Amino acid sequence: MKYLDEFADPALARRLLDDIAATVTRPWAVMEVCGGQTHTIIRNGIDQLLPDGVELVHGPGCPVCVTPLETIDRALAIAARPEVIFCSFGDMLRVPGSEDDLFRVKSRGGDVRVVYSPLDAVRLAQANPDRQVVFFGIGFETTAPANAMTVVMAERLGLANFSLLVSQALVPPAIGAIMDSPSCRVQGFLAAGHVCTVMGLAEYAPLVARYRVPIVVTGFEPLDVLEGIRRVLHQLEAGTAELDNAYPRAVRPEGNPAAQQVVREVFEVTDRAWRGIGLIPASGWRLAERWAAYDAERRFDVGGITAAESPLCRSGEVLQGLIKPPECAAFGTACTPRRPLGAPMVSGEGACAAYFQFRRLGSAVG
Amino acid sequence: MCLGVPGQVERVWEADGTRMATVDFGGVRKDVCLACTPDVGVGDWTIVHVGFALTKLDEASARETLELFRAVGLLDSELGTGSV
Ligand code: SF4
Repeated sequence: MKYLDEFADPALARRLLDDIAATVTRPWAVMEVCGGQTHTIIRNGIDQLLPDGVELVHGPGCPVCVTPLETIDRALAIAARPEVIFCSFGDMLRVPGSEDDLFRVKSRGGDVRVVYSPLDAVRLAQANPDRQVVFFGIGFETTAPANAMTVVMAERLGLANFSLLVSQALVPPAIGAIMDSPSCRVQGFLAAGHVCTVMGLAEYAPLVARYRVPIVVTGFEPLDVLEGIRRVLHQLEAGTAELDNAYPRAVRPEGNPAAQQVVREVFEVTDRAWRGIGLIPASGWRLAERWAAYDAERRFDVGGITAAESPLCRSGEVLQGLIKPPECAAFGTACTPRRPLGAPMVSGEGACAAYFQFRRLGSAVG
Repeated sequence: MCLGVPGQVERVWEADGTRMATVDFGGVRKDVCLACTPDVGVGDWTIVHVGFALTKLDEASARETLELFRAVGLLDSELGTGSV
């Protein structure tokens, strides 16, 4: 398929790898923020093709993985109600809450449905006027426009039976939190291409300036990821720190203004907890007051539910790039994709699941 | 779920006042919302994420990027330098 095959061409990959090998003189640690890129890297073995000493640190950019435990528990409480049709992306069904997951709620008779698009949930609300339809609006800046559109459409259609459980996370504050951490080893970033497709580049220049760290906006095909790595390494070797866009076919400097407008209309910035990591100030979006009528937390009064995370799961360290998944004692034994202990083992974009799926049992330790 | 996928627009229509499209992802067709991509039309390639078009794929810069990849290394050997 156009734009897919060409960006996976092995001959061109060889060129990029040769150039990387010719460039690198010292060890470097580069973080790919986005779980989609983690998936590309592990599936194609890109980390093992890089020169010795170049380490890819897997970042927290899997929206399923960073959804806080208490938000999952709130989702479970809502989904168990008899009047509710609870709609979610498929990845969320197996994410463990404190005692349960959506899959088990469904098997006990809860009306939990997997949708491909948030707008499918709006259509369900239209088709089921006697039921309460709730959409679990998780994700980063990439899902935000679609999630925001649900309430705009619900209002336009006059739907009183639709609401949104919001768990939106923002990438730039997470990059800041990673750089501020005393144990931070990251020297350069691959920024998540599709986040920038929506939001543009403006938020990244201050991070480059503040932390003197190269940030290269990077796509998701194998060659895109290699090119992002290559450009970061060229900067690191040259001692420069600049914002660069290696994914111009999908990212314009200004992003998508129409999408930003919808998002700003519907959401407002809030502090939020990241599962395994903790609170990061101003790192999320919640529904703005004007849309309070569509807020599932208020409609079903679940805001009071809180939860504490399992001490066994080391997802916080995995998501901050402090350990690789096989360093967790539970990896592949007590914790597998069929019986996950932590969220990073659930989604294909989760680092633990990516390592497990591609049989990287311990190969990347150390 | 978070992966944005490129696809080609086959048909554009309106549903409840929202611009929608049928998008072909290598043979799999899906309904996609064009509410935030007014410049995307039939025949265009677009990045779609959870049923929502995020942007029009710019064919010219896709070609430029591939050309750039093809030039990586060539320049080095021609100029006899170690890096671009
Ligand atoms: S392997 Fe399982 S238990 Fe260990 S960090 Fe990953 S998700 Fe948590």
